[in-house]
Amino acid sequence: MLHAVIAAATEEAAPNPLIPAVYDIIWSAVCFAVILFFFWKYALPKMQKLLDDRAEAIEGNIAKADDAQRKAEAALEQYTAQLVGARAEAGQIRDQARTDGQRIVAEHKEQATSEANRIAATAKTQIEAERQAAVVSLRSEVGTLAIDLASGVIGESLTDDAKASAIVDRFLAELEATENTSNASTAGKN
Amino acid sequence: MLYSVVNPPPFVDARAELTAPKQEKALLETAVNLLVPSATGDGEFHGPSINEFFPDVIFFADTPFEINRIILIRFLSVAVLMLVFWLGTRRMKVIPTRMQSIAEMGLDFVRVNIAEDLLGKKDGRRFLPLLTTIFFMVLFMNITGIIPFLNIAGTSVIGVPLLLGVISYATFIYAGVKKSPAKFFRNSLFPPGVPPALYIIVTPIEFISTFLVRPVTLTLRLMMNMIVGHLLLVLFFSATQFFFFTADGGFKLFGAGTLVFGFAFTLFEVLIAVLQAYIFALLTAVYIQLALAEEH
Repeated sequence: MLHAVIAAATEEAAPNPLIPAVYDIIWSAVCFAVILFFFWKYALPKMQKLLDDRAEAIEGNIAKADDAQRKAEAALEQYTAQLVGARAEAGQIRDQARTDGQRIVAEHKEQATSEANRIAATAKTQIEAERQAAVVSLRSEVGTLAIDLASGVIGESLTDDAKASAIVDRFLAELEATENTSNASTAGKN
Repeated sequence: MLYSVVNPPPFVDARAELTAPKQEKALLETAVNLLVPSATGDGEFHGPSINEFFPDVIFFADTPFEINRIILIRFLSVAVLMLVFWLGTRRMKVIPTRMQSIAEMGLDFVRVNIAEDLLGKKDGRRFLPLLTTIFFMVLFMNITGIIPFLNIAGTSVIGVPLLLGVISYATFIYAGVKKSPAKFFRNSLFPPGVPPALYIIVTPIEFISTFLVRPVTLTLRLMMNMIVGHLLLVLFFSATQFFFFTADGGFKLFGAGTLVFGFAFTLFEVLIAVLQAYIFALLTAVYIQLALAEEH
């Protein structure tokens, strides 16, 4: 650099690069002022705003994420509660069904029993009625038969109805009496 | 200075005899940088000279507002700078577009790596507009040195480096005085921890280094880097031109070498442009930090 200075001093044609010209300084200052103003009042405030926005956005996102987490937890809790409720309900329904089933089976059993009893009773009365009818018809038929038989044996017509029926009745009464006595004797034996 | 030692090209001796009187005159014209012995005349080699940094006036001749080619290049740099950052910050969104990313990256570099790193959040924000301006003004004006058809850095003439040096100087003094005038000058001139007797030596040294040398080094470092970078590139490419089209026979081969060097130094100039911008902004921040510091 010294060479340059010396050379510049000795040579008039070559300007000294170290001595600023007025116009050089003026235009440099203008450039500087414009750029400084531009950065100071335009670019850097925008940049600052952006940084603030970005920080805010990050905070906002964190808050949003927290909110979402809380919601998800609440939903999970709700679902769990619902699940427990549903399970309990299902258990209840099962129990109900079981008791209902038991009740229905018991009812049906009872019904069947009573029906069977009824049928048995009906059958018994019917049998009794039929027996009575059989006894009555037997009594008349046996009487007639016996009389016919006896008429044949004794050769005498027992046509007199009154007499005949009196004989039959007596016979039957005797028969019943013997039956009764035999019954009584068996009862007495017992 | 990085470039100050360059050997004279071998062809000089061959030409010297032929054009001795002319060469002498040319040497005087171009000796200021002593980088390139040169010869003038038709078909001769033309080396770069310091006159390249003082081109003809285009507008407003003989007024304080003269405008020459370099001033126009500065205007262009300012326009491009503002265009880039206007486009980049015009519609800023939380999720950046490509243009916004570039602008953000640039602004963040100054904000984080220079301002906040050295000055902290609070003071960093205070001086951020100034540091950003210095960084990008120097960067955009440096880079014109390798842009085709511009080919000269806006910072290679003393106006911008000197102005920025003075602003940096004024700023750190302002920062120190605003905080505490007594403490600032005490810390600057009478560094604590030094035996009082030594202040006789230390104080003048501190005064010179802080209040005289700082702005001068800031200015000269930037300007000389840009001047020398430009001269080197001109030298390489004009030599290439000379070897290819004027020199005879085997000398043409040298042209390939100078071309490769020219290309390499063009890339190197990109690095220098960014580095000088960074250094200028960083040193300004460092000076402010020292002025604001409680103690050194």
